[in-house]
Amino acid sequence: MKGLSRIQAIFSKELTQLKRDKMTFGMVIMIPLIQLMLFGFAINTNVRHIPAGIVDYSQTGLSRILIQTIGATQVVKFSQQYMNVDQAEAAIARAEIRAVLVIPKDVSQRLARHPTVGLGSPPSSDEETSRAIAQWVVDGSDTMIAAAIKSLRYMPLAELLNKPVNRSTPTFEVTLLYNPEQRTAVNIVPGLVGIILTMTMIMFTSAAIVRERERGNLEMLITTPVRPIELMLGKIIPYMFIGALQVAIILGLGYVVFNVPFNGGLWQLAGATLMFIAASLVLGLVISTLAKNQLQATQMTIFVLLPSILLSGFVFPYEGMPELAQRIAEILPATHFMRLVRGVILRDVEIIDMRYDMIWLALFTAIGLAIASFRFKKNLD
Amino acid sequence: MNDYVIKASNLSRNFGDIKAIQGLDLNVEKGRIYGFLGPNGCGKTTAIRLLTGLLKPSAGEIQVLGFTLPRDAQKLRLHIGYMTQKFSLYDDLTVQENLGFIAKIYGLSGRAKRQRIDELISTYGLEQTTQQLAGTMSGGQRQRLALAAATLHKPELLFLDEPTSAVDPENRRDFWEKLFDLSDQGASILVSTHYMDEAERCHKLAILETGIKRADGSPETLMEEMGAHVVEVASSDLRQLKQSLLVIPEVITAAQLGARLRVLLKNTVADPLAFLRQQKNIAPEDTLSLVRPSLEDVFVTCTGKSRQLSKAS
Ligand SMILES: Nc1ncnc2c1ncn2[C@@H]1O[C@H](COP(=O)(O)OP(=O)(O)O)[C@@H](O)[C@H]1O
Ligand SMILES: [Mg+2]
Repeated sequence: MKGLSRIQAIFSKELTQLKRDKMTFGMVIMIPLIQLMLFGFAINTNVRHIPAGIVDYSQTGLSRILIQTIGATQVVKFSQQYMNVDQAEAAIARAEIRAVLVIPKDVSQRLARHPTVGLGSPPSSDEETSRAIAQWVVDGSDTMIAAAIKSLRYMPLAELLNKPVNRSTPTFEVTLLYNPEQRTAVNIVPGLVGIILTMTMIMFTSAAIVRERERGNLEMLITTPVRPIELMLGKIIPYMFIGALQVAIILGLGYVVFNVPFNGGLWQLAGATLMFIAASLVLGLVISTLAKNQLQATQMTIFVLLPSILLSGFVFPYEGMPELAQRIAEILPATHFMRLVRGVILRDVEIIDMRYDMIWLALFTAIGLAIASFRFKKNLD
Repeated sequence: MNDYVIKASNLSRNFGDIKAIQGLDLNVEKGRIYGFLGPNGCGKTTAIRLLTGLLKPSAGEIQVLGFTLPRDAQKLRLHIGYMTQKFSLYDDLTVQENLGFIAKIYGLSGRAKRQRIDELISTYGLEQTTQQLAGTMSGGQRQRLALAAATLHKPELLFLDEPTSAVDPENRRDFWEKLFDLSDQGASILVSTHYMDEAERCHKLAILETGIKRADGSPETLMEEMGAHVVEVASSDLRQLKQSLLVIPEVITAAQLGARLRVLLKNTVADPLAFLRQQKNIAPEDTLSLVRPSLEDVFVTCTGKSRQLSKAS
């Protein structure tokens, strides 16, 4: 088979060049390493220790106990005292603090009348008795922070008064599967496999062909009997190995450093990952046939990378997105891989049960390869 | 019919408003070294790309080795070799790796591949550099490597685009020896150049200017049939003489060559020596001699722009 030997020629040439290109080779290792550390440690959807201030108009023992109790939840960290609300709001504007707790003069009376404390007086429906005991003023621009403070709204107050804690029976019981400790890393690390593969695979292949054009190698290549499809396959196969290496780095470190469990089958993971790597590589090839130079190739890579990070379900749940965003997300290979990899790693799903995503990745690869081979003309026009 | 390896008629190629090639007719005989001579930007590279099927013509017909272009470009590829103007092998591969890659692309493997590569390495004097990265080699070495790669599959027809532009004179001579060897072995060669001495070595050549073929033929014929006389004048004040001669309509150009002035006269002048004698700045003791035209004279005579350039300078 002449075709096969030509693919092999391009493949081994590509490997030799990669071996010499210390920068790219370093990126192959460093990108997953550094990104994993950054994302793994930095992304945390359990917001804690929000810097907060206090405006205490009552200055009583009770107000101090209230402050201590709230501090003990670790949601906020009180760092500043302010004389009045205006000063506190100015501090929020300067971003010294993100929220301020305003304790009114009559906090003791309000507490006494508060229904959850229930000091014997029958629950009343009049204005006086249904008032909150204090007020939070929050920098609402960040919805995560706002939500964290809002979660304090119905904080139990009984322990404030040294009353036996009267634990009420919850309406619902909640059982958390797969990530009972609610550690963000468990969700982030498998997803990161998808993001890093999107980034490196698309970048490497899109640059690989554009570089040949820029350096003039393509003019020589296209006067040889190499066919476009052979060139394309020869170019992407080495990167499949690189992709596999990166996955091993991310999941291995994820297991060691972030204690991310690996519940699924290795072959299931390999199947899903190879499918996704192929789809990303082919996308890179399509970009390389569109881009005129390496800068354009990089720009187009970012154009794909950003929605892959934001819409794929990597950070924000897919279900929470508006329909249009969901439609866009469905086009991106990263979205499908995100489902597959979390399914396999966290929930031990077989990929055959997620065949919709697998088929979609396969289709994407086939169509992309056809487009790239078609667009890659063997002339300089 | 089949004596011609390249036949092109009325070939044109535009890039937007730029007419890179206009109405080019070309017949290249088998087994010959055919030259494209012309200044930068005259369309040499474009012509070669059209003849190798890398570019599609805007108009005109091309037949190369009996294949009709651009339709049969893919079939033609096995039979031609192309050495690009800019080095187009891989800078980050060694000589051995570059040749190995090309060999595999052309379907050679195992012993046949090794033999052919060893053969090329010794033919082109690359023994010392087999493990050297192509990007770190000298201009001459890179050029020999490129020629080795272009001839690896023993093509019948070889296109060489300014192969000696980055090479010192000694290497240029050696390189032409290699071309004659290839020609003796039966290959047809089309080579572009902007060096007169190289053009003179070709069996036949075409002089190109701004995409138009101004003349073609063997260097000897071109020189003999040039429509001009060449007179060398030895005189005391060459600069002033040159200025006064250039205003005469019959004078095509005058260029100083050491202690002499080389004057090209239109061949409408019957007796060039007598004609010049009558001119005012020629002193009786000055010597005038009719000399054999050089290829440069041919080039200057038949390219409009260069004549103006020469007159101006
Ligand atoms: N790809 C291209 N796009 C636009 N103009 C081009 C292109 N290639 C060549 N040209 C123009 O065509 C003319 C001939 O160029 P070229 O064939 O490279 O000349 P040469 O090889 O003799 O130096 C020049 O004016 C050049 O600018
Ligand atoms: Mg050129």
